[in-house]
Amino acid sequence: MQPLIRVESLVKTYEKQGLAGRRDEVRAVDGVSFSVFPRTTLAIVGESGSGKSTLALCLACLENPTAGSIWFEGVDIVKLSEKGQRAMRRKIQLIFQDPATSLNPRWSVAEILAEPLLLPGNLSRDEATWRAHSRLDQVGLSSEIAEKAPAELSGGQRQRLAIARALTLEPKLLILDEALSALDCSFQAQIANLLQDLQSALGMTYVFISHDLAMAAHLGDDIAVMNCGRIIEQGRPAEILKNPKNDITRNMVSAVPRMEFPRQQAPEP
Amino acid sequence: MASLLEVRDLRVAYHSRDGAVSEALAGVSFGLGAGEILGILGESGSGKSTLAASLLRLFPANVSIATGTVLFEGRDLFQAGQDELRGIRGKRVSLIFQEPSVALHPTMRADQQIKQILTAHGMSGRNTLRERTREILGAVFPEEVERISRSYPHQLSGGQRQRVLIAQAIACGPSLIIADEPTAALDPTTQKEILEVFRTLRKKIGAAMIFITHNPALLAGFADRVLVLYAGRVIEVGPADVVLTSPMHPYTRALFQSAPPWPDEEAHAARAQKLAAIPGDSLPSSLPRIGCRFEPRCPDRMAVCKEREPVLFSLCKGSAASCFKYESQ
Repeated sequence: MQPLIRVESLVKTYEKQGLAGRRDEVRAVDGVSFSVFPRTTLAIVGESGSGKSTLALCLACLENPTAGSIWFEGVDIVKLSEKGQRAMRRKIQLIFQDPATSLNPRWSVAEILAEPLLLPGNLSRDEATWRAHSRLDQVGLSSEIAEKAPAELSGGQRQRLAIARALTLEPKLLILDEALSALDCSFQAQIANLLQDLQSALGMTYVFISHDLAMAAHLGDDIAVMNCGRIIEQGRPAEILKNPKNDITRNMVSAVPRMEFPRQQAPEP
Repeated sequence: MASLLEVRDLRVAYHSRDGAVSEALAGVSFGLGAGEILGILGESGSGKSTLAASLLRLFPANVSIATGTVLFEGRDLFQAGQDELRGIRGKRVSLIFQEPSVALHPTMRADQQIKQILTAHGMSGRNTLRERTREILGAVFPEEVERISRSYPHQLSGGQRQRVLIAQAIACGPSLIIADEPTAALDPTTQKEILEVFRTLRKKIGAAMIFITHNPALLAGFADRVLVLYAGRVIEVGPADVVLTSPMHPYTRALFQSAPPWPDEEAHAARAQKLAAIPGDSLPSSLPRIGCRFEPRCPDRMAVCKEREPVLFSLCKGSAASCFKYESQ
């Protein structure tokens, strides 16, 4: 089977103003390669500053990599023109950590969902609104909230809305950059379940970026560990968490606070 | 046991611009002994940050009701005057916030941030101040004290900034430290370091601590007692090893079970399994409601849960839960 997306030796450097006008180079992503197959999830874990979010922006065509290629459906999206990249962004959608800041606060839920459909200009406003309503149902939101503003929704509802908006253009790949981190534990589980449902219903492919190892292991078919812009280890979740090969991974795994909660009903007092 | 802190029927409500009143704390009561570590567990909207701030009577401008009794070392902080409070805040009771980059002064070096607190609470003399500051910073930074005390906040990492905040909190030798999500903004690796700092300090200075978090795993092996907040109410409280290993309230139980399991031998076959999510949404606190606040999401709800609100019922092993399942016992 062909991978949906194949990343080859991707590099992204930023220039930063050093002391006395000297220019320093920061290699945010430093030679990263991986493939993601259709209908699977690649989880990318790493500490802050390891280059996860820069990688996400490159994959979503929102940053131009300095070197390397990103093959998506047989096309190297790095080499595409601005117009070609714009078309590609419909197929690769990005979901951010904090839905409170990634949704327009002055728009209603229906307007937020209709906007991506109106951009290409081939749909009437009525039809776009009708389609927007059907998306709400898909992510488990009631259509009663269509006229509400994002501020009137709970954190979990806002993240569902962000997912619904990302799905309106029927993308092939969703990049989730810390998409669960800002949510409370009880909503994290709800959204994780929703992501799994959508994967089986729509055949979605995910790149799930997180610093939460347990959630990455739960959602990922594979885990890649990033450090200083490189992938230092990749493999099956149980393998990575049980027998980490790299010292940095081992440190990360041992730092996770863990306790065994009773999974069954607790005994009556 | 002589109680260090006794909180009785704490009620705090905010009003929004359109006049709607929402209750952040609806009658919270608990006690804390000297040197004891109390873990407070709650999700956003549970009132945990309001609780941290209101113990020191630090309220935002839109607070409309604040009643109750906060007895600290025998004095009621809710009756105390501003001068008396100023002497207690930062000296007898200190507060550590979640976001160290916001809590520190951006143009002051680390040592000045500590000195400022010492001076505010009446310490003077250049040499005394310098020595005491070094001593305090040395308690949280085993290495590189010199470099760090000369550094500005932007030159420090997130973990180092959090250590400076901890140094500020212990500077005056308080008998109570309130920490509001002190590790939430940090990586797991840094988080572990900071928890170690708290553990060491506990042995060294013996202050009581209120440790507020949304992550129950952080409290294991650290807190003596755990209190669970939901919608501004104490719904479960008890010894940490009892509450964390056999939670009794349906909410606490569901919350623990919704965490993804750590993968083991069989886990990968079970990966396709769903997480045990708590259905529904937390109710807006402005919505008046008779009965239990958790009832709409509760897997064990009964008819009575809609009719009146449960109080804390005592259970064996020293814990208590506010659920009608335990009323008859």
